[in-house]
Amino acid sequence: MASENGELTGAGYINHHLTNLTYGKFPDGSWGFAHGAEEAASMGFMAIHVDSMMWSLGLGIVMFLIFRSVAKGFSTDKPSKVQCFVESIFEMAQDSKDSTFTKQAKNEWIAPMALTIFVWVFFMNLMDLLPVDWLPEALKIAGFEYMKIVPSTDVNVALGTALAVFIMIIYYSLKVKGPVEFGKELSLQPFGKWLLPFNLLLELVGLLAKPLSLGLRLFGNMYAGELIFILIAMMYSAGWGLGLLGGFAQLGWAIFHILVITLQAYIFMMLTIVYLSQAHEHH
Amino acid sequence: MNINATLIGQTLSFFVFVWFCKKFVWPPMVNAMAERQKQIADGLAAAEKGQQAQEVAQKEAAELVSSAKTQAAEIIASAEKRGNAVVEEAKESATSEKERIVASAQAEVDQGVHAAREELRGQVSSIAVAAASKIAGKEIDQAAHADLIEDLVTQLKAS
Repeated sequence: MASENGELTGAGYINHHLTNLTYGKFPDGSWGFAHGAEEAASMGFMAIHVDSMMWSLGLGIVMFLIFRSVAKGFSTDKPSKVQCFVESIFEMAQDSKDSTFTKQAKNEWIAPMALTIFVWVFFMNLMDLLPVDWLPEALKIAGFEYMKIVPSTDVNVALGTALAVFIMIIYYSLKVKGPVEFGKELSLQPFGKWLLPFNLLLELVGLLAKPLSLGLRLFGNMYAGELIFILIAMMYSAGWGLGLLGGFAQLGWAIFHILVITLQAYIFMMLTIVYLSQAHEHH
Repeated sequence: MNINATLIGQTLSFFVFVWFCKKFVWPPMVNAMAERQKQIADGLAAAEKGQQAQEVAQKEAAELVSSAKTQAAEIIASAEKRGNAVVEEAKESATSEKERIVASAQAEVDQGVHAAREELRGQVSSIAVAAASKIAGKEIDQAAHADLIEDLVTQLKAS
């Protein structure tokens, strides 16, 4: 339990849990870790959430270590259970790509990218199922003042991934269609050339809505879920009766959340594939 | 809730991970899976081929068995026929042998009987002559009474 000034308050507890471990440039020009949300906010853009990046990269590396161990011990005639599971995920990524992309639009990058997105986002979401105080409290002993262990509840992570998808949308639109046709697509429909500025506005909003909705959907779902876990965790300090109730509430919410985290990872992957297939199609 | 450089960091790590996955993770797994798919397809094809071969072999075996059965039946029938013929032949030769033996024995017996009769006749005639001479008290002229004696011997013979 922690709070801004050492007292045990509900608001302080929640705030502490929602504050990232931030390293950045203070307004006075020096660099260092922020102590508290206000300081972190004062750093502006020149700051990085060390915990989000650390967990995000760490989980990505764990993902690749699992894949590597499966690929190394691959057996064609006697597959292990882990291998079967990993294979089915690979096939799911490939099938998702095949079912959305037309036959003409060949792109070897889409299926591996879909796999990376699905498993990585799933792993990041999975951290949500760990009890909210375990790792932060343990790492506090190791000297970390703040620790958010679920990277996808950080809006930077969710929007950063969506930004990468957005860059790919632009890249493939320009590569497959060419700048001229891409420009025509943005400006000459849906109302023809006489309403060109209006068309452009409409299409640009539609284009920008893709990464924003993609990132904010993931962030919103995970952030809300995390907040409810934190609220439930507060019940443990409110006596035996409420604590017991909190235990059941956490169990129920966690079981429901298994569905949410898988679904969010899947939606993120699927929408990315759909957006990129649109970038490959000629209208 | 602050938008900061983490956004850029996450974007860059995303690209690095996707590149890594495409270069080092995706190919070995997908190749291995494709290889297994091929193995399974080959195995199924081989199994089907084997089944067909087995069916053909079964048919051939059935044909062989049936032809062997016919052949065996033929052999048995001919053997029976041959056996019967041998038996018949043996019977015939035995019969003729028996007849021959019987005939030769009969001839021997006849011969013996004839010889004995001749001897007996000689003896009877001499006995008759002796008896008659004793009865007549004198020597009978054998030559003169040959007819008589002969007649007597014939009568004896007939008796």
